[in-house]
Formats: sequence, structure tokens, C-alpha cells
Amino acid sequence: MRGGRRRNRSFTLKGLAIAAGCLALTVSGSFAQEGIETFEIGLSTNTISISSDFTGARLVVFGALDNADAKLLRQQRYDIVVVLVGPRSPAVVREKERTFGLWINRGSETFDAVPGSYALAATRPLADIARQELRQRLSLGIADLRLDSATTTGAFGQPAPEKPEEAKGQVNVSLAERRAKAAQDAGASPPGADIVTVDDYAEALKRIRQAKGLYNQSVGAVQFVSPTLFRADLYLPADLPTGTHMARAYLFRSGVFIRESSEPLYVRKSGFESYIDDMATRYGALYGVAAVLLAIFTGWFGRLVFKRD
Amino acid sequence: MNLYLPIAEISLNVFVLVGMGAAVGFISGLFGVGGGFLITPLLIFYNIPPAVAVATGANQVIAASFSGALAHYRRGTVDLRLGTVLLIGGLFGSLAGVLLFTLLRRLGQLDLVVSLLYVVFLGGIGGLMLVESVQSILKSRSQGSGEVRRPGQHSWVHGLPLKMRFHRSKLYVSIIPVLLLGFLIGILAGIMGVGGGFIAVPAMIYLLRVPTSVVIGTSLFQIIFTAAATTILQAATNRTVDVVLAFLLMLGGVIGAQFGTQAGRKLRGDQLRALLALLVLAVGLRLGYELVVTPVERFTITLPTGEIG
Repeated sequence: MRGGRRRNRSFTLKGLAIAAGCLALTVSGSFAQEGIETFEIGLSTNTISISSDFTGARLVVFGALDNADAKLLRQQRYDIVVVLVGPRSPAVVREKERTFGLWINRGSETFDAVPGSYALAATRPLADIARQELRQRLSLGIADLRLDSATTTGAFGQPAPEKPEEAKGQVNVSLAERRAKAAQDAGASPPGADIVTVDDYAEALKRIRQAKGLYNQSVGAVQFVSPTLFRADLYLPADLPTGTHMARAYLFRSGVFIRESSEPLYVRKSGFESYIDDMATRYGALYGVAAVLLAIFTGWFGRLVFKRD
Repeated sequence: MNLYLPIAEISLNVFVLVGMGAAVGFISGLFGVGGGFLITPLLIFYNIPPAVAVATGANQVIAASFSGALAHYRRGTVDLRLGTVLLIGGLFGSLAGVLLFTLLRRLGQLDLVVSLLYVVFLGGIGGLMLVESVQSILKSRSQGSGEVRRPGQHSWVHGLPLKMRFHRSKLYVSIIPVLLLGFLIGILAGIMGVGGGFIAVPAMIYLLRVPTSVVIGTSLFQIIFTAAATTILQAATNRTVDVVLAFLLMLGGVIGAQFGTQAGRKLRGDQLRALLALLVLAVGLRLGYELVVTPVERFTITLPTGEIG
């Protein structure tokens, strides 16, 4: 209901009646797809090659929205959100605490599947497009992005498998654990229920990745070029992770999620860089020997060129 | 001119990297240290992931030391026998160091341990050397050659069994402290990405009483192999050696080293030691400051293995 009220604020008087109708739809409607709209997207490229001069890129996502209700379209009641989610991988977030005057990593939290990058473009601010619980369900927007939190541990991380007893002996209660305990003592909701909203570690992860440009979102970057065609501009940073990214477009009609369409994007290193990376991954020791020989040759060659004694 | 580094996965300026190599190479040639203790922190300040900086630093150290060692060999200031004994200890230490590196990284305490090691070793050695060399300079204003060596004076080191004669160094000592010193240098090489010259040089001068002129060449000789072992082990286990980055650093390094070696011959032993002491102390203080000052961002993100994700 909060979302509905906020939407009403932007309405003109003329649109009030329709707004009321939409609101009813939001409240009563299940998420059954009663719409007849069809929705497809295409990428300006389906492979991005990272070469030695890669300094970031723009990805244009084109989309077609057919069989849309002309009246609703005119009133801009359709909203589109386009995201590009990078390959997911596990991540550990650690927190430094002052200990005997030194800043030392103490608490940590492990996340199972964190997107390496996340770029979002939307027609309007996300809060105006969908209610928070819907955004959470769709894992839409940086604030509501799911990271699949796994475990919270004390200092020294999860015990190393080979020496568990040694590591266990040094576990200290982390700040996060103490906070969680304090919250429980205060009679707050049990952990897990709204852990996402109070998790400092998840917040920090998003904040750091946002500062690096890996996570970004821009409102107004989705625009209709014709009544049925739209385009979205996504910003891809210089240190874009390699792997399979997924471009997803979400269609909303008056705050109701209608459908989504997705398309993969392959990001790979190209040329010399990819060759080096491949060698380092597949033949680690051999690569190391080659690196040593290169160093010795360079040192020897330097002597030859600069013979000064 | 920016270049994408395949393993560090970051795009950086080529000229800055070559310049960095040249500056460190000069110091390396001047003092007979590999320069690893300077290059690793410099790379980290330039946004290269610490793990890559450590492994690549070890690789670049090979070129600089090889070049420098060649120059010393021509002048007959390398004690191959002493260097080989040090090396045997060093190879075992290097293996232990890389294993420790992998373990600490998984526990999230690598950065702390590296910084503490730097602060303790650099601070301690730098302080001792500074006091000694300043005394020596003051004393030898009127007479003397600026050598530490005082005939007839023996320390506890000289009372150990398994003695061996090192002609070049005019020494007759037990191989136990030499092997131990090599082992310690190897561990540091593995964890800190340094050749260990900054430990080896003062230890040989003060503990074993090797003449300063021989110390530098011997230290460089020993560093080549310790750093080579570290590079291969890091490449095989952690996949963190960036050849492109290392090559750029080497290029600058070999040029700088030639000038450094030349400059070194114009300075007296005690002056050289005083300068090295100041440099070592400065790096130690810089790292110590970082442990104490409140960080801008208390949280860090890594992969579960400890790699920067």
C-alpha cells in the first residue's frame, strides 16, 4: 500500500480514476500474467572482448514491446528495468576492528553467489516502479540485490580444513555476531527474516563495488524510441569480470510485474592477454619457469647493453 | 599509454610502471638488495592486488639481481660457496613461505602478517644499522676503511660446530647460522615477495662478519635463486605472477641497476649502510602508520581463497 500511495503523489487529477483502478489491480491481482504484451530484447553485441586497451564500454540493449495497451502506454504506465548481471562467485567480506591499537581483520561473512558486476537502467526511480517486497523478490536494484549469505564467522574465517582445532582456538566473536545477539536479546525478529536489511557486510560489499563502478544503476537510461521500441544504455566498467553475463529486462505495468526477457552476454579476454591468462591457468609451473627465464634474459641483456665497467 | 595487465586484471600506465622499475633498480644496484621490499608496497599503492604484487615483485627481483650479480661477479665480489649454502636453506624456506602465504590468505590475515613482518624487520634492522653506521662514520672520520670487521673479535656464532671455510669472505664459520639465515630469507621471500636482501645484507655483515664488498654480490647471487623458486611456486599454486607487469618493471629495473651499481662504488661502506638504514626505516614506518591509522573503509572483499575478488 505504501508504494501505491507514493505513486499517487505524481498523478495528475485527470489520472486519478485510472490510478485507483491500477491500485485495485495491484492489491487484488496475483502475479498471473493476464497481460497480452509480448516483450523481447536484443543486445548490440553478444560478445565483449577485453583487449589491452579496454577502458570500459557501453552496452545498448534494444527491446520491443508489442500488443501493449495504447492508452496505458500514452500515460507512461509501463516501466522497464534492464539489468546486466555479471557471473556470480563466492565472496568473503571482512571487517577490520581496532585491536591493541592495530586495525586487524576480525569478523567476516561469506556470501555464496555474489554478482561480479551489476549494471541497471530503468525508466523511473525503482521505488516508483515496484514495491520493495516485489523488488526483493525479483532481486532488483543494488539495494535489494540478493547475495545469498551463507555463514557469519569470527576472526580467522572458517577453520582451514586441514587444521580445524588450531583455527578454532583463536575464534573471536565478531562485531556482526555480537550485533545479531544483541538484536535477539532485544526481542527483534529472528535472524534470517530481515537479515538482508541489517547486514553490514552486505551493505559494505555493495558500497565498495559501487565505488569501483562495478555496481551501478541509472534512472532514465531506458527510453522509448517509438511506442513499441525502447533502448537501454548500460555502463560497463574497465575491470568488468570475464565470463557469462546475463542481460535481463523486466516489464512492469502500473507497479505490477508482467514478464521478463533475458539474453546472455559473453565477456572474454582477447588476443595476447587471453593467451597469457590461459597459460597461467593451465600450465602454472611452466608459466612460472618461463617468467623466471624471461627475467634472467632481461637482466643479462641489460648488462650487455649497459656495459659500464 | 595504458596497458591491460592480464593477471592483475587492471589497465595501468606503462611509463609509470617502467619508471617505478627504474627507481627501484637503481636502489637495488646501489645497495645489493633485490628491491622487492620497495616494489611490492609501490605496486599495492598503485592499485595492484597485493597477492599479484607479491608474486610479480619476486619475478621482477630476479632480473635486477641477475644483472647486479653479473656486475659483481666480474669484479670478483661474489662468494659462491657462501651463497650456495645460503641458497640451500633458502629453497626450503621459500617452499614453507609459499605454503604459509596460501594459508594466511585463506584466513584473511595475510596483509596483517606481511605488514607486521615489514614493520618488525625493517624497523629493527633499520634502527640497528643506522645507529651502527653513524657511529662508524663518526669514528672513521680520521682513520679506517668503514668496515665492520674487527680482527680477533668473535661472537657466539663462531662457537658453533660444522665449520666451513669461505675464502672469498675470509671466513671460517659454522654452516648452521648460514643455513638458518637462508631459510629465514626464503620464508620472507614467499610471504612478502622480497628476495630477502634487506635481511641478508645486515645479517651477513653483523652476524657473520662478512666484508661489506662481498656481502652485496653474494646477497644478489642468493636472491636470484630464492626469487626464482618463489616465482615458480607462486605461479604453480596461486596463479598470481603477471609476466607483462613483471617485464615492464624489469625493463626499468635493469637500466636503473646499472647506474646504481656504479654509484655504489663511489660510496664508502659505512655511508652505504647509513643510507640503506634510512630507506629501510622509512618503508617500515610507512607500513606501520597504515596499521595504526583509522582506515577509510573498514571492510574488504576477497574470494574464499583470499584472492582479491
